[in-house]
Amino acid sequence: MTKDEHREGIKGMANPGRYGIERIAYLLMRLTGLGLLGYFIAHIYETSNILRGRMGWDDFLAMTQTTEGHIFLALVIGMCVFHTGNGIRIMLGHGGVGVGKPARPDYPYQPASQNYRQKIGIYSSIVLAAVAMMYGMAVMFGE
Amino acid sequence: MAQVSSIADEQVSTPLSSSKSILLRISKFNPQLDESSKFLEFTVPYEKWTTVLEAILDVKKHFDHSVAVRYSCRQATCGSCGMMINGKPKLACFTKISELDSDVVTVEPMNNFPVIRDLTVGFEKLFEKHQKIKPYLIRDDADMKSDEREFLQSPQEVEQYIQFANCIKCGLCNSACPTMATDSSFVGPQALAQAYRYVADSRDKGKDTRLNIIDESHGIWRCHFAGSCSQVCPKGVDPAMGIQFLRGYLLGFRS
Repeated sequence: MTKDEHREGIKGMANPGRYGIERIAYLLMRLTGLGLLGYFIAHIYETSNILRGRMGWDDFLAMTQTTEGHIFLALVIGMCVFHTGNGIRIMLGHGGVGVGKPARPDYPYQPASQNYRQKIGIYSSIVLAAVAMMYGMAVMFGE
Repeated sequence: MAQVSSIADEQVSTPLSSSKSILLRISKFNPQLDESSKFLEFTVPYEKWTTVLEAILDVKKHFDHSVAVRYSCRQATCGSCGMMINGKPKLACFTKISELDSDVVTVEPMNNFPVIRDLTVGFEKLFEKHQKIKPYLIRDDADMKSDEREFLQSPQEVEQYIQFANCIKCGLCNSACPTMATDSSFVGPQALAQAYRYVADSRDKGKDTRLNIIDESHGIWRCHFAGSCSQVCPKGVDPAMGIQFLRGYLLGFRS
């Protein structure tokens, strides 16, 4: 990236404040994707502890039974649910489903692709993620 | 210099007797001379109908004629005056100061475009990518003789692409796109929307050619449907919709 290209860079890409809920969903999708990738790698490492025998396995598993471990797992649940819900919305959108129909635009030019179905999909994914996290925490902390 | 003065003299816009005023912050940067950009600040009077472009031209006329800004039609038709206005890409001629709801208006050159000077950016890459998708009707019998009839279309067929034909190549969509912010090779929403404009045209026979052009690593697959391009489009083109339809062809949702 050369200086004269005047690109916003990661800072601009990750700035969700200017373009509404769709851009926030875009950022959350990327963050949860990276988070789940990190969890996937950590999960492979975690399960590989079985090679250290029962003691090693139990020692590592004990880490998830702490308050921090429960919060971490609740976050994983939230990331997973949001990424799934929003991912379905985006996959359908990528196929042209639910993004409106072409028509002669009239002022003030509300984009049809940013319609209420898309917004409902985003808000539903956030609410579902929050509910799943609360349920997960209730189960984990309620033990 | 005389030419600059005559351009400035042409602008008889906001009367200086206006009771309301804003602080206009203009980014000044000459890539050939300056290390970094700086902001010049001017207090500019405005009326309910004053546009950001008129305020900038008032600054050129009364305070600093060296401010570089590109403009032409002043009615959102030529696509020349795109710039960042209070952090969002907008057309300066299409943005009223009174609608910004702020006492401070900051204008900067559009992001993701090379700065020529101050508020003026280079469009070479945008036009290059636009040309890449073959923005014209492709068909064997496209060259018509004088005694032949034009290619007829029904109103329904026109409706399929007319929205995307409204593009004025202002570059606001490319400036708002989060992928363009990090990937200089990305085709961009402007060119992709124009690819769909021709693919959706019933007279065109170049669908496969265009789909092959955009089906590459820095092509359509880099779009993640953030929708910012559609939100900033001043002509209602809705590039995000066109891109998703276009991808629908590649994914087999459409034929």
